[in-house]
Amino acid sequence: MAVVTEQQGLRGHPHSQVRRTTDTALLGMLLFIASEVMFFAGLFAAYFTFAGQVKPWPPEGFELEAVPLPLILTIILVTSSFTMQYATMQIRRGNRTGMNRALAVTLLLGAIFLAGQLYDYANLPFGINSGIYGSLFFTMTGFHGAHVFGGAIGLAVVLSRGASGQFSAQHHTAVEAVHYYWHFVDIVWIFLFGTLYLLPLLK
Amino acid sequence: MATTTLPRAAGYTRSWVYEWLTTTDHKKIGIMYVTTAYIFMLLGGLLALGIRTDLWTATSATGASLIPAALYNQLFTMHGTTMIFFFVMPMLAGFANYIVPLQIGAADMAFPRINALSFWIIPFSGILLFSGFLLGGAASAGWTSYAPLAEAKYSPGVGQDLWILGLLLNGMSSILGAINLLVTIFKLRAPGLTMLRLPIFVWTVLVTQVLLVFAVPVLASGLAMLFIDRNYGGSFFDPAAGGDAVLWQHVFWFFGHPEVYILILPAFGVISEVIPVFSGKPLFGYKAFILATAAIGILGFGVWAHHMFATGVVFLAFFSATTFLISVPTGVKMFNWVATMWRGKLNFKTPMLFAVGFLVSFLIGGLDGAFSASTPVDFDITDTYWVVSHLHYVLFGGSAMAIMAATYYWFPKMSGRMLNERLGQVHFWLMFIGLQLTFFPMHLLGLAGMPRRIAEYAPTAWQPLNQVATIGAFTIAASMLPFLWNIFTTLRHPADQPNDPWNAYTLEWATTSPPPPNNFEHLPEVHSERPLFDLKYGPHGGAPVAASAAASSGGQA
Repeated sequence: MAVVTEQQGLRGHPHSQVRRTTDTALLGMLLFIASEVMFFAGLFAAYFTFAGQVKPWPPEGFELEAVPLPLILTIILVTSSFTMQYATMQIRRGNRTGMNRALAVTLLLGAIFLAGQLYDYANLPFGINSGIYGSLFFTMTGFHGAHVFGGAIGLAVVLSRGASGQFSAQHHTAVEAVHYYWHFVDIVWIFLFGTLYLLPLLK
Repeated sequence: MATTTLPRAAGYTRSWVYEWLTTTDHKKIGIMYVTTAYIFMLLGGLLALGIRTDLWTATSATGASLIPAALYNQLFTMHGTTMIFFFVMPMLAGFANYIVPLQIGAADMAFPRINALSFWIIPFSGILLFSGFLLGGAASAGWTSYAPLAEAKYSPGVGQDLWILGLLLNGMSSILGAINLLVTIFKLRAPGLTMLRLPIFVWTVLVTQVLLVFAVPVLASGLAMLFIDRNYGGSFFDPAAGGDAVLWQHVFWFFGHPEVYILILPAFGVISEVIPVFSGKPLFGYKAFILATAAIGILGFGVWAHHMFATGVVFLAFFSATTFLISVPTGVKMFNWVATMWRGKLNFKTPMLFAVGFLVSFLIGGLDGAFSASTPVDFDITDTYWVVSHLHYVLFGGSAMAIMAATYYWFPKMSGRMLNERLGQVHFWLMFIGLQLTFFPMHLLGLAGMPRRIAEYAPTAWQPLNQVATIGAFTIAASMLPFLWNIFTTLRHPADQPNDPWNAYTLEWATTSPPPPNNFEHLPEVHSERPLFDLKYGPHGGAPVAASAAASSGGQA
C-alpha cells in the first residue's frame, strides 16, 4: 500500500493543511476493482452453469489447445505483472529511470498479449455465434481483452507522465493505481486460462 | 455621453448556466440529481396514468382496447424502469450527494469530477431509453426483461437495445457514485466522527453503496450477454439456441434483490433522521439499527431466488428461510422508529407526516412480503396483482414517501427557504389517500387471480377494483400539483431560513442555509452521532448547556 501516512483528522476540511493523500485515490481504485471482479463473476457463473448442464463439455469441435499460443500468452501476461511490480518498487525508491524502463517493458508485453489474442481469435474454427461455447469463450476472453486494453491505456498515460518526470517517491498515486489494475487483469486471465484451457484437461 | 470601458473587476463571475453545467460542488450536483429524478418521476408517473387509464375499462365485446397491447407493454416496461433506475436511484444518490458530506463535516466528495460524471450520465442514459418511443417503440419486455422474451426473435425493436445500453450507462453512474460516496465516508470524516458516531442516514447510504458496488456489475454482465445474444448471434439465454432462460433470471435477480435494498435502505436512513427530530428524542437503539442495516445488506445477497420460486428449479427451503430471516432486521427497525416516537413530543410537520405515512405503508408492504416468502402461498400469487401491490407498497409507500419526507426536511437547508406547511399537508393527504386507493385494491385483484402486465380483461368483478385503483392513481397525480406549486412559489421568496429551522441533531444544520461553497466555517466538536443535540441538551439529553459551549467548540475547526 502507499507509503504516505495520514495525519488523523482534519482531512477534507477547507482549512486543512493536510493534502488529500495517496490512500484516498487508491481506495477508490480498489473498490472499482471489486466491482470489476463482480462483473467477471457474472460471466464465470454463466460459464459454470453451462459447463454443468451440457454434456460433453466443452462440446465436440470446441476443444481448445492450451499449447503453444495460449500458454505463451499466459507467460507473457504473468511476466508483465512482475515488470509492473518492479516499476512500482522503483518509483517507491525514487528511481524514475528504472520505473520508466519497467513500465515500457510492461506496456510492450501487454501489447504482445493483445496481438497474440487477436491472432488466436483469427485462427479459431468457431465464432461468437456458433453456439453457447463460442458465445462464452469470446465474451469472457473479449471482455478480458478489453480490460487489458484499458490497463494498457493507463500504462501509456503513466509512462508518458513518468517520461516527463512527474513522479517521485512521495508522489506517484497514478502508478500505484495502474499497478493494482494491471495485477487485477493478470489475475483474471489466470482464472480464465485455468477455466477455459486447464480444467477440461482434468477429465 | 462619452463612455469609458472599465476593465473587468477581479471577481469576474461566469453566467449561472455555465456555473451549473461545469460545477463539481457536491451541493449543486446533489440538487441537479434531485431535480432530474423528479423530472423522471413525472415522466414515469405519466406512463402509470396511461396504464391505469387503459385498465379503467374492461375489454368490450368488440375487443377494442383504449391503448393497444403493444403500446401498453412499452408503458409498463418504461414505467418500472424509469421509476427504479431514473427516479428512486438518482433521487437517493442526490440526497446522499448533498447531505453525506455535510453530515460528516467534509468540504466536498472525495472525487468531485467523477461526481459530476456520475450525475451527467443519468439524464443522457434516460434520454437514450426514452428515445425508443420515437424510434419504433421503447422496450416492452418488462423491467425484468425476462429471456427469451427480451431476445431479438421476440423483441426485435431497437427499444430493447436502447434499454440495455441505457441501463449499462446508468449502472456505470451508480458504481462510480457508490465508490465516491464510500471513499468520502471512509476518508473525509470530521475530527471525532468515528464510524460508530456516523448519523444513521450516512450508515444506510454506506451499506447501500456496498450493495451497489457488488450487485450492479452482475447486472452489467447479464446485460452484456443479452446484448451479445441480440446483436452478435450469441446463445446465452435462448433455449432454442442452446441457452438457458433461467440463467438470466439468476443473474438479473442476483442484482435485483440487493437492488430492492438499494432502493429502501437510504429511505430507512431518511426516516431515521426525521422521526427523532420531530419526536424531540434521539433515535432509540442506534447500534441495533446499524447492526440491522448491515444484516440486511449481507442477507440481501442470499434471497434472490425467491423471485424465482415458480420456475421450480431453485432450492425453495433455503430461499424461503433467508427471506423470512431478512424480515427480522427490518422488524428491528420498525421497533426502533416506534420506540423513538413513544412518549416523544410529536410534531406533525410535513416531513413527519410523510415519515408516519411511510411507517404505515411500509408495514403493509412488509407483511405482504411475508406472504410471498411462503412458497406454497407464492405459487398461487406469483405474477398476480398481489405482487404489484406488494412492490408498490414498499417502493411507493416506502421509498417515495421517504423521498417526500427528505424533500420537505432538507429543502430549507438546500434552498434557505421553508416550503409552505399548508400546501405540504394537502400534498401529503392527497398522496397518502391516493396511494392506499391505488394499491390496496390490487391485493384483492391478486387474490382474485388477475395477472400483472395484461392490457385487457373480461368485464368481471375485477373492473370495480381496477376503477378504484385508477381513481387512486389520479389522486396521486393531483397531489403533485400543490407540491410543484409549493416549490415554485417558495423559491420566489428570499432565502431567510436560519441554520437550524427544525431544531435538528446532525452536522448539516450547523452551517448556514444554504451552506457556503466549502460547507463549514466552524465545526462543532463531535462526541456522538448527534453533535447538535449534544450542544443543545448535553450528552445525556439533560438541560440545555450554556451557549458558550458553541463558541468554544469553534476553535477545533
